[in-house]
Amino acid sequence: MSESSLEQSPSELSRRQFLERLSIALGGATALLLTVPVVGFIMAPLIRKPPGAWRSVGKVDQFTVGETVAVNFLDASPLPWAGVTANNAAWLRRNTAEDFTAFAINCTHLGCPVRWLKDAKLFMCPCHGGVYYEDGKVAAGPPPRPLTRYSVRVRNGEVELRTGPLPLPKKPNHV
Amino acid sequence: MFRRILIGAWRWLDDRLGISALIGPMARHLVPADARWWYVFGSATLCAFMVQVVTGVALAFSYIPSTSQAFDTLHFITDDAPFGHFLRGLHYFGASAMVLMVGAHAVQVYLFGSYKFPREMNWVTGVLLLAFTMVMGFTGQLLRWDQNAVWSVVVAAEQVGRVPLIGNWLAHFTLGGDTVGGATLSRFFAFHVFVVPAFIFAFVGLHLMLVLRHGISEPPKPGRPVDPKTYRQEYDALLKKEGVPFWPDAAWRDVVFSVATIAAMCLLALVFGPPELGKPPDPSIIAADPRPDWYLLWYFAVLAMLPHGMENWFMVIGPLLAGVVLILLPLLRNRGERSPRRRPWAIAIVVMVVTMIGTLWVAGGKSNWSPNFAAQPLPPKVIGATNGPVFEGAQVFHAKGCLNCHLIGPYGGRRGPNLTTVAGRLTADQMVLRIANGGVNMPAYASNLTPQQMDELVAFLQSRLPPPLRN
Repeated sequence: MSESSLEQSPSELSRRQFLERLSIALGGATALLLTVPVVGFIMAPLIRKPPGAWRSVGKVDQFTVGETVAVNFLDASPLPWAGVTANNAAWLRRNTAEDFTAFAINCTHLGCPVRWLKDAKLFMCPCHGGVYYEDGKVAAGPPPRPLTRYSVRVRNGEVELRTGPLPLPKKPNHV
Repeated sequence: MFRRILIGAWRWLDDRLGISALIGPMARHLVPADARWWYVFGSATLCAFMVQVVTGVALAFSYIPSTSQAFDTLHFITDDAPFGHFLRGLHYFGASAMVLMVGAHAVQVYLFGSYKFPREMNWVTGVLLLAFTMVMGFTGQLLRWDQNAVWSVVVAAEQVGRVPLIGNWLAHFTLGGDTVGGATLSRFFAFHVFVVPAFIFAFVGLHLMLVLRHGISEPPKPGRPVDPKTYRQEYDALLKKEGVPFWPDAAWRDVVFSVATIAAMCLLALVFGPPELGKPPDPSIIAADPRPDWYLLWYFAVLAMLPHGMENWFMVIGPLLAGVVLILLPLLRNRGERSPRRRPWAIAIVVMVVTMIGTLWVAGGKSNWSPNFAAQPLPPKVIGATNGPVFEGAQVFHAKGCLNCHLIGPYGGRRGPNLTTVAGRLTADQMVLRIANGGVNMPAYASNLTPQQMDELVAFLQSRLPPPLRN
């Protein structure tokens, strides 16, 4: 193609401008259309909020007043392929005959699982040394707030705990 | 005859595909003759990455990114699959090599002032590649879907959860929901295997294109500052005068060093094997002791040692600030002296950063801030009694968790002060005061001890005398 043939008449210019804009608009619109389902799919877990569920963690009789023990429960709505990852645990304390307190096992510093030292009556975190008293209040170390609590109720002789999300820094206690 | 056919076939292919026309000029481009062994870290990083791609693809033939099956497939790969043990080990040591080499490359480029004009964007793309490498390291550790991986995800979610305004959103995005669950692992698998490698490929391509466009920087000489007005002419004149073709005059060193790096990775994989798989990825198993892989252990130490109240700032602002400083560096300081001999602050900064990370790394390995959950009751020879208040006090000391955080001789934890000779520095009254009221890093025991237990505990601690007094 010679140099002169590239020179554009006003009508050609307008046609080329139109084709240029058409191509960009079509390409952009297609990309946008594809982006919506792709991003929506990736973000789905953020949009879909699984409701909390009441899970039985054992019969009332199996817990002793004044003792704190670990109890296991299943997530609110585990995916079919979740396997053992859907399991969760809490520290359950029987205060009186009908009154229970359940603490999330997650340290409020960075989420590591705190352990209960029965004789010392302390929760201790293995990661950065956070320590809590038996009522969940911070005793020492870096945790910024008390252990998160789950709602607990007694129904038909069973102790039930309401599942909740992973305790995050900005979230108040579940209860 | 056969040779002639082969040559003919190659020529036909080369003509149609244009391989020589594409690769030839790149391979033969001139580089400074004195760009020698200091320049091998970038290519070694790339080679380590290629090993990661190859071993990663091989592992993906058996690995199932499902929270219920990943742990079992990892055991199958490690214990049953032919070469699986070696491949997992090679993938692990390949990641380690990549982190080390990209770090060495960054330090060399910084010390040589190679980030200055006209290579500012070489540095910026390199900084992004450094960040991608760390993301690959972290996500790779999580794909080792054992108990440690599960808790590492939780720790990551808790950290991003501290970002103002969008923290919860980021944490849920990290977890793939509001707890660790079925969606968590497949997200990290997608990031580790598709998303981040795609960025690495793209930015490696751009990085190499920029290396070709601006040339390999000549080793710096004191008294020859970079002046953007004249640098390109000076560089071209240098290449014309004493440049050598990259292949093979300079490339042979890259090949030798990269092969040595890969050989070291293979040797380490054969000798030490892959990192051991921990307990199953069951968040209800509370006895966990989460630790990151070695290249993030220093950051783990930072999180433990930060003063209270600074954590939120550090976790959010720290990485952001480091990234901004690194990216702005060549844009703000793109001219002047390149030689480290005329840039003492550059040497000081590198020494400071390496020392800081090294020290934190050692501290992270020791983790003295963690309670010692394995602490056993003190033996009678350490207590110095087999009955009476001192002996009973030693039992209280263990039962109440004091030994988890305090050393008595070689026994116990290191979270709190060493109490082996505490009687030499505290009176009985001072001990009672501290035990009852606690301190910054110590719980208050006032409501947790009976008067008798307190007396016994103090009796035990009062028996912890320095050697001269003890004798």
